[in-house]
Parts: sequence; C-alpha cells; structure tokens
Amino acid sequence: MKRSGLLAFLIILIAIIFISRLFYLQILNNSYTIPTLNSSAVKVTYDYPERGYIYDRNGVLLVANQLSYDIMIIPREVKPLDTLDFCKLLKITKEDFIKKFERAKRYSTRIPSTFLPQLSKSDYAYLQEKMHKFKGFYIIKRSLREYPLNSAPNVLGYISEVNERMIKNNPNYQLGELIGTAGVEVTYEETLRGTKGVKYIQRDRFNKEIGPYKNGIYDTLPVPGNDITLTLDSKLQQYGEALMINKRGGIVAIEPSSGEILALVSTPTFDPNLLVGRERSKQFSKLFLDTISNPLLDRGLQGEYPPGSPFKVITALAALQENVITTTSTIKCFGGYRYGSGKGAFMECHCGTHGSPVELNKAIYRSCNSYFSNAYRKTIEKYPTAREGMDVWSNHVKSFGLGNYLNNDLSVGKKGLVPDANFYNKWYPNSRWTATYSISNAIGQGEVLTTPIQLANMTAAVANRGFYFTPHIVKQIKDKKLDEKYTTPKYTSIDEKYFEPVIEGLFNVFENPRGTASWSKVKGIEICGKTGTAENPHGQDHSIFIAFAPKDNPKIAISVFVENGYWGSRWAGPIASLMIEKYLKGETIRPWKEQEMFNGSLQEEYNKQLKETTEIEE
Amino acid sequence: MRSRKTNIFYGIDWLLVLCYFLLIFVGWLNIYSATITNEDISIINFSTEYGKQLVWICLSIPIILLILLFEAKFYEKYASLIYLVSLLFLVGLFVVGKNINGATSWYDFGVFSLQPSEFVKAAVALAIAKLVSEKQFNLNKITNQAQALLILFIPATLITLQPDPGSALVYSAFVFVLYREGLPFYYITIGFIAAFLFVATLYFGFLYTLLGSFLLFLVILLYFVLYRKKALKKGWMKISGIFLISALFIFSVNFVFNNVFEQRHRDRFNILLGKTTDVKSIGYNTNQSVITIASGGMTGRGFLEGERTQGNFVPENQTDYIFTIVGEEWGFIGSVVVILLFVIFLLRILQVAERQKSKFSRVYGYSIAAIFFTHFTINIGMVIGILPTIGIPLPFFSYGGSALWGFTVLLFLFIRLDANRSYEW
Repeated sequence: MKRSGLLAFLIILIAIIFISRLFYLQILNNSYTIPTLNSSAVKVTYDYPERGYIYDRNGVLLVANQLSYDIMIIPREVKPLDTLDFCKLLKITKEDFIKKFERAKRYSTRIPSTFLPQLSKSDYAYLQEKMHKFKGFYIIKRSLREYPLNSAPNVLGYISEVNERMIKNNPNYQLGELIGTAGVEVTYEETLRGTKGVKYIQRDRFNKEIGPYKNGIYDTLPVPGNDITLTLDSKLQQYGEALMINKRGGIVAIEPSSGEILALVSTPTFDPNLLVGRERSKQFSKLFLDTISNPLLDRGLQGEYPPGSPFKVITALAALQENVITTTSTIKCFGGYRYGSGKGAFMECHCGTHGSPVELNKAIYRSCNSYFSNAYRKTIEKYPTAREGMDVWSNHVKSFGLGNYLNNDLSVGKKGLVPDANFYNKWYPNSRWTATYSISNAIGQGEVLTTPIQLANMTAAVANRGFYFTPHIVKQIKDKKLDEKYTTPKYTSIDEKYFEPVIEGLFNVFENPRGTASWSKVKGIEICGKTGTAENPHGQDHSIFIAFAPKDNPKIAISVFVENGYWGSRWAGPIASLMIEKYLKGETIRPWKEQEMFNGSLQEEYNKQLKETTEIEE
Repeated sequence: MRSRKTNIFYGIDWLLVLCYFLLIFVGWLNIYSATITNEDISIINFSTEYGKQLVWICLSIPIILLILLFEAKFYEKYASLIYLVSLLFLVGLFVVGKNINGATSWYDFGVFSLQPSEFVKAAVALAIAKLVSEKQFNLNKITNQAQALLILFIPATLITLQPDPGSALVYSAFVFVLYREGLPFYYITIGFIAAFLFVATLYFGFLYTLLGSFLLFLVILLYFVLYRKKALKKGWMKISGIFLISALFIFSVNFVFNNVFEQRHRDRFNILLGKTTDVKSIGYNTNQSVITIASGGMTGRGFLEGERTQGNFVPENQTDYIFTIVGEEWGFIGSVVVILLFVIFLLRILQVAERQKSKFSRVYGYSIAAIFFTHFTINIGMVIGILPTIGIPLPFFSYGGSALWGFTVLLFLFIRLDANRSYEW
C-alpha cells in the first residue's frame, strides 16, 4: 500500500463504521422510534369534562356532580413556608400539619399525594388566591357523583376507576380515570362521559414544562357529557322501595303504551351515596360480600323464578288462539286434575268450585288449575305429535318476550326459560314424551322461568291487547332520537280478539267478590290483575302479582315479586294495587293498607331459612 | 502571476469552498434548531446563540479575504514565527486566561472570548510543513523524528495543562502526516498495539492481559523453536524484548488509569466498555445522545420538530453534541448525507494535497486533512456512543466563534497555498 493511501483508507473505513452504527441505531433498533406524542419529551395532560346529569321523567334530578377539592403535596418540592399562616388557612393545627407532612413524605417524596382531602367550595375560593405562596402544595379538582335522592341505586349504577382490562379493551381510558360500571352509568357511558380535552406540553430534560408542544396545534378542548332523562318516576320508585322495606323481591312497572319503565325496584336496596368518596371501597365490599341478602343483585332484572299463576293468562291465550277452548266451553273441577292413571298423577286445585261448570272467566278469577291444565293439554294434543304441539305453544309464549333477553338498555338481565320440543327431547331422550309430562307449565310452575321485568312486559302486552314496546329506561338524550327498537311495537302471535275475554277474567280477579284479589280492590280504578304463588322447594312459597290499570287505555302495567311471601294476595297483590293507586291518583285512599305494607317484615322468615340452611350445612 | 495580482480568488479550489459553505450552512441550521426559543422568532437576534453564530460566520469572510490577500510564500517564510507567537499565546493563558467549564483556555475580550488553541492548530501545521519540507530532513533519522515530535509536544503539553486534554489529543493526528512523509511504519504498529493493549487492560484487567500476552509470547517462541531455528538465534532477544516492553506498558496503563486519571476519565472509559451502566449522571450524555439519534429513524422528525432536541434532552447539543440534532431531526438519511459531505471534503483535501508540487503545501494539506479527520472521528464517534466522551467540536457545525474561525483559517491557508500550486516560489 502506498503511504499516501492510508489516511484516505481510514477516512472511508470510519465513514463505513459510522454509517453502519447509524443504520443499527436508527433503523434496525427501533426501540427508540417511539410515536411522537408518546415520548418522554412530551407530556400529555387531560382536561376532564363534566359528566352528564341524570333526571327522572318529571325532571327531578337523580344524579348530579359534586366538586371536591383536594390539597395535594409533593414533599420534595416543599420550600420553607409560614406554617402558622398555612395552618390557619387550612384550619388545622401545627401538630396536624407535621403529622400529615410526615405521612406524605413516608409515602413518597416525589409522587404527589393527598394532603387534605375534600375541601369545601368556600375554602377553596379563598385558598386559591394564596396557594402560590406555598411551593410544593397545589389544589386539584375532582368530580364526584352525587345522588340527591336516596333511591334506585340498581338503575342508576355507579362509576369507578377503570381497571387494566378495560384499558386494554378501550385505549381511550387511562389508569385513574372514571368509567360507569353499573346501571345507566355503564349503558350510557359514552353519552354521559363526554370527550376529554388533551393538552400536549413540551418538557426539557429536567422534566420541566417549557410550553405547549408545537404551540398547541394538537390540543383539544373537552366536550361536556350529555344529560339523560330516564323513564323512571322517582316518586313511584321511592314509594315502591318504601313498600318493599324488609322484604326481598322486585317491582317492575311499565307504561304499556310506550314500554317506558316507570319503576324498577329491587330490595334490599342501599343508599347510592355510599358508593361515593373516600369510603367507597369499604362500603362496596360490604355490599358485595353480603351474600345473604345480596343487595347488589337486581332482583327485578336478574331474579329468575317460576311465574306461577300469572302465567295462566298465556296458557289461556295460546289455547284460544289454537281454538282448543272457547270463552264459553267449561270443565268441572273436583279439587284437582288427574292427568294420568298413576297414583301420583294428580294436580291439586284450590279453586273451590266443587264440580260446578267452570268457564274461562271464572277459571281466571278463581285461578283454577284444572281448567288451565286441560287447556294446555288440549293445545299440545291438537297436533299429531307432542313435539309439534310443544313448539307451537312455545312460540306463542316466546312472542310475549319471555324466554330470552329483552335486549334493552339495562346493564344486566336474565333469559328466563321457555321450554320447547328440543328441550324435552334432551330431557327425555329415551321415551316418547307427551303433554302430561310437562303439565305443570300450564300453571307457570314446571320448567318455565321468568324475571319480574319479563312478567311486567308480558302484562303490558296483555294490556295493549297483543303488542308491546321493548321496556327501556332512557326517555330522552338531548337532541338525540330514541333508538328505533324502543318505538316500534312488537306483536304477539295471539289475535287481538282473544284478549278481551281474558282481560274480563283478570278484571274479575278484583271485581268479583270471589276473585283472588278482591280485597285489594281500589275504589275508582279498574284494575286487572292476577295473583300468583310460586311453589318453592327450598322454603316458603314466593308471592307474585301482575296487574295493569285502567282496564281500558291502560297507563301502567306492573309485576311484583316478593321472595318467600307466602301467597300472591298476601304481599304482592296489595303492593301492586298500592303502586297503581299511587301512580294514577297520587295518593292512596287506604292508608291502613299502606301502613301494613310499610311495616310488614319478612325478616323472620329469612332468618328462619338461614338457620335451616346452616343447620343442613352443619 | 498577472491574474494573481488582479484577482485574489485566482486559482482557488472552488469545490473546497463549496464544501466549506455547505457545511457551515447545514451546521448553522442545526444550531438554530438547538437554541431557538419560543419567545423570539427573529433570525437576527444577537442575544441568542444562533444569532451570534451568524455574526461569527459573517466575520469569517474578512478573515478569508485577509488570508487570500497574502502571498503563499509569506506563510512558508514566517511559519516558524507564527508558530512561536502562537506558543506565546498559549503560555499567556496561564497569566491572564479565563476559566470556562473548568479549563483556562480563553482570552476574555469583554464582548466575546477567544480560545487560542483553535488557532494554534494552523500554526503547528505550518511549522510541521516547514520542518518536513526542509531539504535535508529525513524521517528515518532519529534526530529529525525528535524535532518533529518536539514541535507537536510543546503545544500539546501546554493545552493539556489548561487542562483541555481533548484538544491536545488532536495533535496525535500528525502521526499520519509524518507517516506519509516517511516515518517508519512500526510507529503506527506500535501505536495500534499500544492502543489495543490499553483497551484490553481496561477491559480484562491487567492480570489477564498480562497472562494473555505471555501465552502469545510462548506460542511465538514455540513457533520459532520448531520451525525457524536459525532465526531464533538472532531473534529471541527481540521477541523477549517486545514482550517485556508490552508487560511494562500493561503495568503502566494500569497504574496511570488508576492513579493518574481522574475519576471522570475513568468513568468515561468504563461506561464505553460496558463495565458500568449509568444513565443518570455520568453516562447521561451518551445515553441521551444515543436515544436522541435513534429516535430520528429513517427520515427524522423534521426541522425544528425533534422533541428531544427542542426539549434540550441532550446537554451541549449546540456544541459538542450537535450531531444528535442531525440524527433526530434529519434521520438516517440526513446523517448519512452529512457524513458523506465530510468524506467528500476530507478526500478532496487529500486529493488537492497530493497534486501540490511544493512539499510544504502537500504536508500542510495533509496536516489539515488529518486534523479535520480526527475531529470528525472523535466527535461523531462519541455522539453515537462508540468512543469515550472527549469534548472536541465537530468542524463547521459546533457553535463557537473560535472554533469556526480556527477551522476557517486552517482551511483557507491551504486554499491559498493551493492557488499557487502551478508556480515556482
């Protein structure tokens, strides 16, 4: 090699080394090529909009926001200060100050922690002027939910901090942000939430903020959340909660002409304000761990029970539609119904008609088991095979919105159960089952399961003479039209003409002196209803009632379910009639009945059950 | 000669001038990006560093004209004098120098400060060129080698004592010049072996390095015993001698590193060799500059858009670490363009140097090529994390009037010498 070539060679060699190194750093090793707005040099801060308010159908405020001001501290940024002045401003003693300061320092000297939580608004206004004097302290504004009425926690739901799974599913959220986790707060999360504003701030290497990133071209302003008007009638809701005190169960009231839910009561209930503020997690675990009375379970939506006698309405309608009975055809009942030749193939009946002819009307108001068993059996046996008959019957039942989710705007729900031919094929794989195998379905006992809201919706469909609107909880969101699925009627498979005779029977439940709810009758309101007693193999029977009123042009359809309430007319019937009275008249003319319900308690019954269960477990 | 008399630009190498202005322009853009603040958007603002740099750039024009005005012969004739005067300026620092960042390398003139070591490089290059181009000079002679070494050693020592060892290190570049002019190759070999042993000692510890070299010595000895018995008789003394000197060197490296170096120097080496990882205090600069360059990716963030640059994540990113801005804002493409620009610039200097008829001009050209090359290698090597932290500026890029003028003088002296290449003088 010529001597003159060495330096040129080295120049080229070094250039190749440099370019290779740059190639490695800038192209192969892409761990540093982070997205621009996510690097340590740019700080992202959010401006949170106010969450939307929630009102009831009459404009009564149900959920609002309260501002809470917390004084935060970053201990290592605290400079010597006039503690006397500071303590006087915060209204704390010097000992308090030292204690709180030490606590914050123990937690972390760099990470902000709360020095003094939840200042009042007036204190805040005064302090704000002076805070600049105290380095290392600052005030942050937090928005908390506030519930002016102690009512309907199951409907309103609550908000909580997002967890990591939610963040993974929805990258719009960041740790520490709030999200609706139950009730309306979760189903209308996006409406209520609004859109948070974003600010990008350029930082230097000391993490000091040196101004808006690129003069704020990426920054956005927060958009406040929308208010929501619910279909709930808060007065009716609170009244229902009061009637259900010390009883477990649910009440669902629906406006038949719109499908709007007027009341959705689940007891035992709790004060929604418990789930706000510093005590939240303590209170929540208390509610969550109460597996005996289970206050977080919405019994109106999630309680699956056998519907009992109210289901006879559907049995009758299906039989009428299939032309296997007429309004005048009769049977005779001698205290029960024999559906087979075996010794046990006998269903008892308490209608007390003692062999006199029973037609549809009487069968309904006396709740005659024999009549409906007969109608059910005829419906199924009309077809060549029990399978075909079963499916026909099943489809009639399902057309009332039973046996499946209602697909509405409530955050929880249950399907219930309406059996069909497949169901029994699986149940009896090796035998040719017939109508009598499932005869208890006729009286709402057998395999059928419904939730109170499904029952209320079914009642609404009867009240409307053959159609219903999907029950929903939101009446109006500012400027937005309600989803079409809530405004289009859904028709049942029963012709309109068959409803009138059944409704006459339901009317007689109150009006006829021998009707099962005659003593819940209310002067001046034409109520149609049906009592129910669901047999409960685990303990005392459940008390059930469905009703709608007035008979013509109905305004309210309701279902009431009281766990272990003995029989239909004992608790559920009076509660339903009082609810109807309250809604239609505003007050009751039977204060004694009201008092009886307010004060009545089933706690003893529940305790008894608990004791029994513990004994069995022992 | 007539042309020269009427036109001072006659015969100058326009390619080098173009490279010069390109490098200065690109460099200034990056200084602007490093020191721009949100408050003022005016380019002509002399309170800011990019504004001041613009003044230095403008003032370099009269300096260029002044250099071109003198005859080439003048520089050869007065090379020794210039050298001596520059040494005086260096000595003067110890009397009236101003201390900036721990080094007394500055003369303070109130409005501005000058760093004489930036200009001494040109003087040393002239002196070496003058010495080597003397008729009787022969680099194989040990006395002539000593003379050359002395010319380099005096300013390097003075600068080291400021203390500014980084700037002094640049004088090692002259080994390439001397080699080109006939210095025996083993100087370079010894240099590389020394550098290798130095790094190996730090990396493996002196005991292992010693053992390693001893094993190597035994292997070589065995080879001679088995296959080259004749050569062994003459050579065993040499081989043993080399081994002994190496062992001595290893010991002394260990001693110097632990007892003479300051902790900050040790830290720099340890970080680079991966023996300590510290990204917070002492390793902060290197770590940040590497991340900043890497975050540029292929095309970079764009001019004034690099958020690590704008956030001043890399300290001194307008001076020693200016290449981080090229990396972040202009990406891989921009970085390669800058590196290629330097390569073209350096190779052109070498090419022009080789075409000189006058030995003085050739040696001078070679010297400045070596100086620019050393700055380029050490600076960018440090910024991209493959060389230890040695604070010397990137020519024409780094902010600073003295450095800019020093490099300008260095380059335009050569352009002046080259303009006279076709004349006997």
